[in-house]
Amino acid sequence: MTDSAILISLAGVLAAAAPVVFAVLGETISERAGVLNLSMNGMILLSAMGSFAVALATKNVFLGFLAGAAIGALISLIVAFASLTLMQSQVAVGFVLALLCRDLSYFLGNPIMGQVAPRISQLPIPGLEGIPILGTLIFRQDMMTYLSFVLVILAWFFIFRTRPGLTLRGIGERPAAAFVRGANVNRLRYVYAMIGGAIAGLAGPIYSLSIKAGWKGTISGLDGIGWIVLSITIFGGWKPFRAALGCYLFAILQWLGLVLQPSLPSVPSQVLQVAPFPLMILTLLFVNIGNAEWVERSLARLPENVRREIAKALRAMNATPPAALGVPFEKE
Amino acid sequence: MHVELRKIAKCFGALRANDAITLTVPASTILGILGENGAGKSTLMKIFSGFYSPDSGEILLDGKAVRISSPADAIRQGIGMLHQDPLDFPPLRVLDDFILGRRGGLIPNRRGAAKEFKELALRFDFSIDPDVYVDTLTVGERQQLEILRLLWLGARVLILDEPTTGISLPQKEKLFATLKKLAAEGMTIIFVSHKLEDVEALCTQAAVLRQGVLVGEMLPPFQTKDLIEMMFGKEVPLAPKLKLEPGKSVLAAKHIALDGIRLQIKGVDLEVRAGEVIGLAGMEGSGQALFLGACAGLAQPTEGSFCLDEDEHDMTGRSHHDFRREGVAYLPAARLEQALVAGLSLTEHFILSEGMKGLFIDRRKSEELAASRIALYNIKGRPDSAVESLSGGNQQRALLALMRSPLKLILVEHPTRGLDIESTIYVWGKLKERCAQGTAIVFISADLDEVLQYSDRVMVFFAGRVSPPLDSGKLSVEELGRLIGGKGWEALQGATEHA
Repeated sequence: MTDSAILISLAGVLAAAAPVVFAVLGETISERAGVLNLSMNGMILLSAMGSFAVALATKNVFLGFLAGAAIGALISLIVAFASLTLMQSQVAVGFVLALLCRDLSYFLGNPIMGQVAPRISQLPIPGLEGIPILGTLIFRQDMMTYLSFVLVILAWFFIFRTRPGLTLRGIGERPAAAFVRGANVNRLRYVYAMIGGAIAGLAGPIYSLSIKAGWKGTISGLDGIGWIVLSITIFGGWKPFRAALGCYLFAILQWLGLVLQPSLPSVPSQVLQVAPFPLMILTLLFVNIGNAEWVERSLARLPENVRREIAKALRAMNATPPAALGVPFEKE
Repeated sequence: MHVELRKIAKCFGALRANDAITLTVPASTILGILGENGAGKSTLMKIFSGFYSPDSGEILLDGKAVRISSPADAIRQGIGMLHQDPLDFPPLRVLDDFILGRRGGLIPNRRGAAKEFKELALRFDFSIDPDVYVDTLTVGERQQLEILRLLWLGARVLILDEPTTGISLPQKEKLFATLKKLAAEGMTIIFVSHKLEDVEALCTQAAVLRQGVLVGEMLPPFQTKDLIEMMFGKEVPLAPKLKLEPGKSVLAAKHIALDGIRLQIKGVDLEVRAGEVIGLAGMEGSGQALFLGACAGLAQPTEGSFCLDEDEHDMTGRSHHDFRREGVAYLPAARLEQALVAGLSLTEHFILSEGMKGLFIDRRKSEELAASRIALYNIKGRPDSAVESLSGGNQQRALLALMRSPLKLILVEHPTRGLDIESTIYVWGKLKERCAQGTAIVFISADLDEVLQYSDRVMVFFAGRVSPPLDSGKLSVEELGRLIGGKGWEALQGATEHA
């Protein structure tokens, strides 16, 4: 493989990670506010199908993306209403929605299977695309991939640098304290659940109107992405940059699966296709291994300096979820 | 600010939590509100700080009737409340916590806020680094942070709910000095407590609530006897100190080293004998909780060994489960979070702890057991009461009732934190009964009087240093306070070195 072929492949990895970045950041924002949106898998499928249908009918890609965001926001609204107003379990509602939306997308999408709708194309940035390496890697992408880069920075800036972002962290960590400081906890949770849902909903059209253009029903290959999105959210420790790292790691693992297939003919192709999923889960386990009691127990027997270094590394990797994640708030 | 509460009334169902309470608090006053748990203090303060709206009555600030619609509205009108468990954000940095809730533009002015934070902290001689995380602070420091924040938001009335629970003596002294300074500057301070000595040391006016009614007010000099009578309607005698002959060795901790998140302790030796009570004193987070947890197998020592019984049964490195099986009980301070199962009833707790045999639950037998234990331990609750509906005192009683018998060793964190005087005496009465049966007790307390009153020997923890067990009969409150504050350690024989 030549250098440029590798670069082009890596650029493809960045593009393939874009929808995962959108979905993970959307989920991160929602969970930061304390709303666990477990419906992600069905939501991505339904918004992929819905946005494809809208783009097909209107011949307009932009309207397709808009539809994807609207579907995401709507499903999040259902989760938020069930949990914040009806006080139902977020896990139960989210899980049922995940299954329902998946089957709904297959059923409703049946008539439009295999049709051809408009799609977005590459949009090289003049002047920057010529830069060696970076030009090929970053500046010859499509619009949504550029947006995925911007979104990571924006989300980080919003959460960690702005006043509303600070309040967002507050309502997810300790809603009672945020309430005392003037935050309308439940209204904000609705708002952020829907914003997060809209952002995550864009993952659907990025698949169906760009990187996996079209709607192929059950063989679209999108089923399962939503579950990995949820685990990358945890891997990311609810921090945008770390979350993005998780998305790229996952995309690279998927790409390796494809690349290694010809050189490892003895391994069944299914193994390499599925491998990224358990690998992500293992990474997740590894990252949070410091929480386990047996780890502490076995570490206690190691020599002082070694133990201290390991403990430090484990603590740095460890991520704590927002304390009030999934917990409804009632002011006494 | 001149504060007037007029005929405030609030009912919860059939319970009259506040019954026509009228209070006048002039500016520069430090008003102590006394009452046992459930007397209506908290309800009154929650009405004043906007959590509840009263059924009737009015609130006047500087002579003007006001309506306080929410806690955020209260602080806008100058009423700041410091909650018993500071309502802050442990995972955030101090500066972020400080800024959160202050109105302003999209991007907060961090540098300006940090400057004002440092100026305010300097004014009251608080040393809190704005860049550390809130969860690394002690409860006392978190209170200081809240006070600074409320002042920054323009509070002119400060309500403090049981602020001396869980803070060290020097921190308490600093808090009192701060409050006196604020009062001298014209601030109105309302100090809610069930601790007489705190009110006597600090307040310029006292009011006593009992069963939702204001039963009396008093100006200094306070008559302790009268205040107690107003609080309880009767006088409560203190239990006399029981001197028991210590028996055989129960626990031997040899040269223990422990590694906490922020401190290490090293070379701790302690031998506990049957019937003995050992008090662990020190500022919160000085290592005493770590040591107590290690005695129960909840933390693993990096050096040294734990042995149980005369025959030196080695328990080093064993899990809490093994310690339990050997007859060691551990009662954590976070009763509802770590000791009880919220959502389960008292009966279900007894079923779990007794480990009844068989697949099915014997309803009748377990209800009889629960009813008898409830009567035996004087718990105010029914067998089917959910544990979270019980008051702190009754939760602690339930925990005592759940302990198995016989036990070798009971380890207790803050046995009477948040309890009123009656429950305190009751809890210690029950613990002492256990001692008489040959159980040893090791406990942590921030209350120096409690430590000296009940323990036979005391170990003091300070910034990673640990004193040898000291005879409590030869210690005074002042000496103990100095040791906790890090003074007078040179004179101690056998104290551990700085780790």
